[in-house]
Amino acid sequence: MQALKVTDLSKTFDLGKPLFGTARPGVRAVRPMSFSVARGETLGIVGESGCGKSTLARMLVGLMAPSTGHIEIAGKALDNADPAAFGRLIQYVFQDPISSLNPRKTVRQIMETPLKRLYGMNQAERNKRIAEIFDSVNLREEFLGRYPHEFSGGQAQRIGIARALAAAPEIMVLDEPVSALDVSVQAQVLNLLADLRRDFGLTYLFISHDLAVVEAVSDRVMVLYFGTVVEIGRAEQIFNAPKHPYTRLLADSAPVVGRPLAAPEQVDSELPDPLNPPPGCAFARRCSRATAICRDQEPPLTEKGKDQFAACHHPIAD
Amino acid sequence: MGHFLKLLFRNRLAALGATVLSALLIVVLITPLLPLPDPNATATAERFARPFTEGHILGTDHLGRDLLSRLLHGTRLSLAVGIAAALIAAIIGSTIGLVAGYFGGRIDNVIMRGIDMLMAFPYILLALAIVAALGPGLMNALIAVAAVNIPFFARNIRGITVGLAGREFIDAARLSGLGHTRILVGELLPNVLPTIVIAMSTTVGWMILETAGLSFLGLGSQPPVADLGSMLGEARAALITAPHTSVVPGVMIFLIVMSINLLGDGVRDALDPRLKSGALSRPRAVTLVDRKGPVPAAEQRGLLDLDALETQFHVGKRVYRAVGGVSLYVKSGECVGVIGESGSGKSVTALSVMGLVPSPPGVITGGAVRYEGEDLLGARYETLRRRRGENVAYIFQDPLATLHPLYKIGDQLIEAIRVHHDTPPKEARAKALDLLRAVRIPNAESRLDNYPHEMSGGMRQRVGIAMAMANDPDVIIADEPTTALDVTVQAQILALLDDLRRERGLAIIFITHDFGVVAQLCDRVAVMYAGRIVEEGPTMQVLDAPAHPYTKRLIACVPELGSGKRKLASIPGLPPVVDNLPEGCAFAPRCDKARDDCRRGAILLAGRGLRAVRCIHPEEAV
Amino acid sequence: MGGYILKRLLSAIPVLLGITIIVFAIMAMIPGDPATAILGSYATPDNVEKLNRDLGLDKPLLQRYFIWLGNMLQGDFGRSFSLNRPVLDEVVERFNATLVLAGTGFVLCSVLGILAGVVSAARQYGVADKIITFTVLIGISIPSFFLGMMIILLFAVNLRWLPVSGMYAIYGGGDLPDLLKHLVMPATALAVVATGVIARLSRSAMLEVLRQDFIRTARAKGVPERRVIMGHALRAAMVSILPVLGIQAGFVLSGAVYIEMVFQWPGVGRMLVDAILKRDILLLQGGVVLVAACYVLFNIAVDVAQALLDPRIKT
Repeated sequence: MQALKVTDLSKTFDLGKPLFGTARPGVRAVRPMSFSVARGETLGIVGESGCGKSTLARMLVGLMAPSTGHIEIAGKALDNADPAAFGRLIQYVFQDPISSLNPRKTVRQIMETPLKRLYGMNQAERNKRIAEIFDSVNLREEFLGRYPHEFSGGQAQRIGIARALAAAPEIMVLDEPVSALDVSVQAQVLNLLADLRRDFGLTYLFISHDLAVVEAVSDRVMVLYFGTVVEIGRAEQIFNAPKHPYTRLLADSAPVVGRPLAAPEQVDSELPDPLNPPPGCAFARRCSRATAICRDQEPPLTEKGKDQFAACHHPIAD
Repeated sequence: MGHFLKLLFRNRLAALGATVLSALLIVVLITPLLPLPDPNATATAERFARPFTEGHILGTDHLGRDLLSRLLHGTRLSLAVGIAAALIAAIIGSTIGLVAGYFGGRIDNVIMRGIDMLMAFPYILLALAIVAALGPGLMNALIAVAAVNIPFFARNIRGITVGLAGREFIDAARLSGLGHTRILVGELLPNVLPTIVIAMSTTVGWMILETAGLSFLGLGSQPPVADLGSMLGEARAALITAPHTSVVPGVMIFLIVMSINLLGDGVRDALDPRLKSGALSRPRAVTLVDRKGPVPAAEQRGLLDLDALETQFHVGKRVYRAVGGVSLYVKSGECVGVIGESGSGKSVTALSVMGLVPSPPGVITGGAVRYEGEDLLGARYETLRRRRGENVAYIFQDPLATLHPLYKIGDQLIEAIRVHHDTPPKEARAKALDLLRAVRIPNAESRLDNYPHEMSGGMRQRVGIAMAMANDPDVIIADEPTTALDVTVQAQILALLDDLRRERGLAIIFITHDFGVVAQLCDRVAVMYAGRIVEEGPTMQVLDAPAHPYTKRLIACVPELGSGKRKLASIPGLPPVVDNLPEGCAFAPRCDKARDDCRRGAILLAGRGLRAVRCIHPEEAV
Repeated sequence: MGGYILKRLLSAIPVLLGITIIVFAIMAMIPGDPATAILGSYATPDNVEKLNRDLGLDKPLLQRYFIWLGNMLQGDFGRSFSLNRPVLDEVVERFNATLVLAGTGFVLCSVLGILAGVVSAARQYGVADKIITFTVLIGISIPSFFLGMMIILLFAVNLRWLPVSGMYAIYGGGDLPDLLKHLVMPATALAVVATGVIARLSRSAMLEVLRQDFIRTARAKGVPERRVIMGHALRAAMVSILPVLGIQAGFVLSGAVYIEMVFQWPGVGRMLVDAILKRDILLLQGGVVLVAACYVLFNIAVDVAQALLDPRIKT
């Protein structure tokens, strides 16, 4: 059973028509991509700034209308529904825990909103449900009367998770949920997320720039570059045996204890100009394996190993 | 609310304004009950009576009308009209601003074009046109003043709303099932309300001035009824012969507006959260140094020596001990890492060296920082300034925020050279070009004329490094220089720093939270927790055999690539807040090996050779 | 940059059109009959009707607007009945006088305001800061027309240092020293409020900028403090001060209306107030449109200055 099925989803940001001349083609933040996530699975999404991961996440939860493509959640098409319809099926946990909570509302008011608006619960039902949720995320009920600024980052992120849980969604999109947290606290939140997934049968989309974290929590991992899926595969394989040169570059760049310092590539690591993207593979200019075909034809995403797909003309052999 | 009033009245000027204003309000409210002559009863025989004449405390005007009575009735009118105009403008303008800012796109565009059109008039022209259309009269003056102020509120509130509408809690509210109206009223309005109140309290005085102005021109209140403005207007003809008829209403307007402004400033300060924390203080050129104890005796261990450095933040009555006695040194060609989590004091330690901790609220309260044996903390500003960038240079975290946005990067590099060396501009430019090449920026020549926003994050940080290298310093303090960068870019920047260090024999103090970075770059490392070094030693020894329980468990928390899906280790609890440190070991409350003696007395950093640990039950003997 | 200036000038066209529409619409709301106002209460119905026809007032509103607009574009603003001369001539002559007054006031308040703000911020909580803050508070609380009257009493009536009112002395005046003597008091009275507003804003803009990371960078480079404040900080603060100067120019122009009344300055403000009281609609319309158009052009100049200052603005 697929929890989430995405077909040809893309987003192009239109540029305003200039005063003189014709309208320019828009910026393609997300190029048409298709993937699916099984129920109970965690799909990790990694990529550097400008790869389109945040745009993808906002489309998935209905905060941004896609330019093309379909989103299916638990078999139901959800292309142009309003956020509330999305809200019962898919929820979002934000990167910055403090700014995702309204500073002028108490935690109780924040928690009650989805219960009231999405499920129409009465006061008694709400209190009971909030107590249950707070219990499952290890928060004390005395926090309910306080305001967001009174909490540390880790606590605020747990409140954010609790609010998402209150909507009882099928799927949670976790957008860099621990990157604002210190390393000693981040594991607290990650382990909580793992427990919740097991207990509530949740499906996660886990977005992060930290490969080690993604690997530790994901079943499968999808690597994005310049708005395109360049590789997708099992978490334990994708970084150990990458097929796409970009995935390998990412894996080799992370500073690791016990590995000598060396820049895996020299100098030019800039993304192509989004207003004027080059033909062919967007990574070709940075890639040591690139040949003429790479600068001419965009490589399709094809199976290059067991459960491992890469968009590359010259994949890395085992 | 109670908190707000307390803050408000702590401000003595605001309290003064509030007192004067309430006194005035009470007087004008009871004016009809006071035994005063009819303000409009003329008595030409008694015209221009001086103040303090019998029966007329403030004298009479050109028609012999009692000035006190006219003044109080006029004040009543002026206050009522000014406040009403402010309310109308605030309500209509804020609504427009909220709607435009929240919906954005086309709605915003159309509304704001209209507002811009109104703002294209100098406001008096619009007010005059409106009064011309509606005819002179106080009510019409009120409408005109309210109307010309609507754009002000609309713009102001729209600006705030656009910022808020992009915030994540609005997205979260949408996903919680809230519709537009509920988001506008329930989520946005409470956050915008303080701004509306501030805008109102700072403009109501001005609106009173404006209505008075229209009346002064004869376009507001019509005879025989007079507000303060028309009293002044009528008195103008007799300015030279009977100045008191002008002075009386003029001083009253001044009193009203002054007290409202005082109160308005107080309201603004009390409601603006940035002012609450005292964050709007301007940092001085050098951190304040106020050493309580004696300066520690000089014991030169390296090129740069930090000796029992203590830096505190004094916020209100609270004292945050950000750095609580840190000793550290670095030799030429050596790279020392300082690692810790947020709030551990690692950045404050780095900034203290050259007096760059913002002060207020920062104060260096103890210890010494010595460059080649010379104490920098006690040095005069000019001495310290000459060392900054010339001997000890910094590389900061976010290269977009740390480069000046309005200067070309070439000019920023040239300035770095020329503030220390009297170099001809041409030579300095050539040197800047060399620097850009040294940090391996492609097309360096054309990059000199770029502005920071025209470069990518990685390129900007290269510029940051080039600027630090401008005067061939001996020591570089790098404060999380790669934290804001993508991982592939980070690898390049680290490699570059390492090369530069080897080529030029630089001493580097490297502040980071990343063990991987420390392992790859640093010879020695110091681990900080709650403002103190808890462990130090050669990098590989510390990482392979951590002696402090905190170090050991922190390393265990770091997920490593290549180990597959798994449960991660964490440390329960939170680091202590440094204004309320526990006695004994600061880590004891989170430590599973803590015993009673860990929570008593001072625990010293002890060890042999380069290795030391601040723990009485260490994991490894050192 | 040339392209940007052209773009801004072109974008002013709809704004100027909008201004004419707003002015025309407001004027069309004026109750009563202009002809009656011109001819006085003794006019016969025949005369009124004839004058209305002559003025084109019998045509539909929209048509009247386009006729008025068309005439204006050809430089014909109509004739003022109360002054019996072409509106354009009168407005240009009066506006020149206003520009002398408001221009001086604007330069005064910009220079003094920014200077006071910078000193105040650089010496935050120091003696200079306290004195400036307090003076500024008084300045923004005092009505300019009252202040004008009081300085007339002091400097013209009691001390007899300066002339009471007018732009030139009636006999033997007309040269520059004479103008300056007449200009001192009104320009000062006009500038006081705006100086206060600009000083306050400059202070907070400077304080905001001084906390930025790039100021720390400048200090870490070893840039002398004077240069940090007057160079790095002030330049960055100008990005938020400049738009306010544009707005304050409108306030100075507005304040000039009162000052012209107090000092009998022969400017456009007094002309407009007279036009309202005499219901001379063509004079009023023409005056408002011309002054507003000049203000629009001034604001374009401010925008261009802003684009020159801040490279992040897309030109």
